Amino acid sequence: MWERIRVILRKELIQALREPRMRILLFVPPMVQLIVFGFAVNLDVDHARIGWMDMDRTPLSRDLRERFEGSGRFDVVALPRDENEVQQALDSGAAQAVVRVLPQFERDIQRGHPTEVQVLVDGTNSNTASLVSSYAGEVIAEFSSDAMDGQQNMRVLARSPTGALNAATPRVTARSRVWFNPDLYSRNYFVPGVVANIIMMVTLMLTALAIVREKEIGTMEQLMVTPVRPLELMLGKTLPFAIVGLADLTLISTAALLIFHVPFRGSVLLLFFCSVLFLMTSLGAGLFLSTISQTQQQAMMGNFFFSMPAFMLSGFAFPIRNMPVVVQYLTYLNPLRYFMEIVRGLFLKGVGIAVLWPQMVCLAVYGVAVMGLSAARFHKKLD
Amino acid sequence: MSFRRLRAIFIKELHHITRDARSLAMALGMPVMMLLLYGYALSLDVDHVPTLVYDEDRTSDSRDLIRQFEGSRFFDVRGLVDGYQPIRRAIDRGEVLMAVVIPRDYSRNVGLGREAPVEIVVDGSDSNTASIAMGYAETVVRNYSLALRTESMNRRGGERISPPVDARLRVWYNSSLESKNYVVPGLIAVILQIIAALLTSLTIAREWEMGTMEQLLSTPLRPVEIVIGKTMAYFLVGVADSAIALVVGIFVFQVPFRGSFLVLAASMCVFLLGALFWGVFVSAVAKTQLAAFQMGVLSSFLPAFLLSGFVYSIETMPPVIQAITHIIPARYVVTIMKGVFLKGVGLEVLWGELGFLALYAAVIFVLATRKLNQKLA
Repeated sequence: MWERIRVILRKELIQALREPRMRILLFVPPMVQLIVFGFAVNLDVDHARIGWMDMDRTPLSRDLRERFEGSGRFDVVALPRDENEVQQALDSGAAQAVVRVLPQFERDIQRGHPTEVQVLVDGTNSNTASLVSSYAGEVIAEFSSDAMDGQQNMRVLARSPTGALNAATPRVTARSRVWFNPDLYSRNYFVPGVVANIIMMVTLMLTALAIVREKEIGTMEQLMVTPVRPLELMLGKTLPFAIVGLADLTLISTAALLIFHVPFRGSVLLLFFCSVLFLMTSLGAGLFLSTISQTQQQAMMGNFFFSMPAFMLSGFAFPIRNMPVVVQYLTYLNPLRYFMEIVRGLFLKGVGIAVLWPQMVCLAVYGVAVMGLSAARFHKKLD
Repeated sequence: MSFRRLRAIFIKELHHITRDARSLAMALGMPVMMLLLYGYALSLDVDHVPTLVYDEDRTSDSRDLIRQFEGSRFFDVRGLVDGYQPIRRAIDRGEVLMAVVIPRDYSRNVGLGREAPVEIVVDGSDSNTASIAMGYAETVVRNYSLALRTESMNRRGGERISPPVDARLRVWYNSSLESKNYVVPGLIAVILQIIAALLTSLTIAREWEMGTMEQLLSTPLRPVEIVIGKTMAYFLVGVADSAIALVVGIFVFQVPFRGSFLVLAASMCVFLLGALFWGVFVSAVAKTQLAAFQMGVLSSFLPAFLLSGFVYSIETMPPVIQAITHIIPARYVVTIMKGVFLKGVGLEVLWGELGFLALYAAVIFVLATRKLNQKLA
């Protein structure tokens, strides 16, 4: 039996690696994905482009502008003079926000009247918009707080010229400390996710197509008249792709560490072990797909049906916490979700089995169930 | 080019499409499913951040600060702990994303009118959520600080003052800051791109693989006619997909539609043509369906998802990648979709984008035809 498995395995590996184009396709797309994700995916906002509309033109309003520019988070790119120009700056996307300082800004502050600074934010991209408005709020509050200090000192000074020092008032400040990813690079979050994702994409599709191709071309019949038994055929068909998947994993992880300097804090051995657990699911799904498709086109469409939702609902790009509760429950059905958590935990947090065992158990259960089901179905189809 | 031959191949391809009912159903059902699922599920909004509180101070002052966090809809205080160990554990397991640590001398500092630091510990793995949550936490603390100071000054100064400058935020276009409004128009573009590339990328590769290409070759058909005929058939499917996607976006998700329908329809058609021609080109380059599929996904899904500005802003990318985004059609169609849907702008702003899409479709058409010509020769 091992002999026969070995033969199929060799045949399959030769078939997969024979064509130069296929050799490239097995390893280049994962690398391209990694590089593009690593460099392109960035949700950070720095140097937001703002328009500055100063209707006051006083030292105080200029001071506010300097604070905006000095914060390092804003670049003033437009100086709209009227409502129309504000509209145009936002419409064309030239500015992400427009700050409007109303007339009599300085006079109001000096007289102790409350005044306001208007910030018009382009909400098209809600994520950027909330970051920009939070930064703007911060600068303005800081300004306000200092202006209040100034007023208070003036008042105290007016009453007793020596009393200014007594004007101390409490100030609660937040000191933020960021764990695991102290510079808050998006890349550190996304790159490990890509690793998980690529393994699924590569193995799922390769398995499904390898089998369906034989059906389509008619060589499946030829295989069936040989003494190869279904179980052997199945193992021979899936193992090569497990090897390709693990090779891709090694390649991509190494590249992630070397090119992107993503931290890896956990155990390498555990990463491989969990990958094997996950491979059972993804190979099993590929096998299943091959039993329900007649043509390669159907297999590809079906693959898309399976892998797109798995990808989108894995928490890879969009946090699961934000999804509607129903969908959140749905994500428990998604094996990629568990693998994603494991990979990120290993890369960024450096946690071990003590923390990750629930995810590992889920993956194992999935792997056995999916593999068993597909194997049974595959078996039946062949008989 | 003869209209008769064109019609023949168009009809042949239509037969292909309608014969495989399952593939057709998937091609039409996929956009709906994807839109429904992702439109609801994909959200970058941050609220109810699970938070732990570690209060070393245990005074009425510190409890007052904690109440500020409890009262904010952005935080969901999951409990009080003592020590960093439980915080560490909870963050490791992903049960909470943030912790507020109030140091021992907090109330003393407040009482003495000194600076009283409060520590915010954030799980930075998801940098985007982390920075938004941090912003919220800092805002809560700052507002509380301002209130404390105002109160203390009023007590001392006798006359009432209030914080002098107030930030008045106003959000345009998507005033509820719902990411659904932002995601759905872009998502429609991304989905169309994927479907279009998938639909055509397999057609010519399949003919090669099955050997029917030779049969086509022996007919008087010319490459131009093959490209146009095949594309037209799938164009019908693409238009049906677009219509379905738009209906779902507008009626199910209630994404505001502020612009001109005509501009949108025209842009989508031009974009679809470009994407379909690209699929033909890919399938002419790749010999097997597998290779065609891989190349199709890699060259359409990935750029459309990542480099189109659909969720990831182009301006934060490194300059080299920014330069690359200029040759990606999805970038322009995403701009058009968002412009027409959310901003209600028309051709006066978007003519450049539409022009590029047309140019792209034309260039790819020529490329695909030439490639096929080469193969035939």
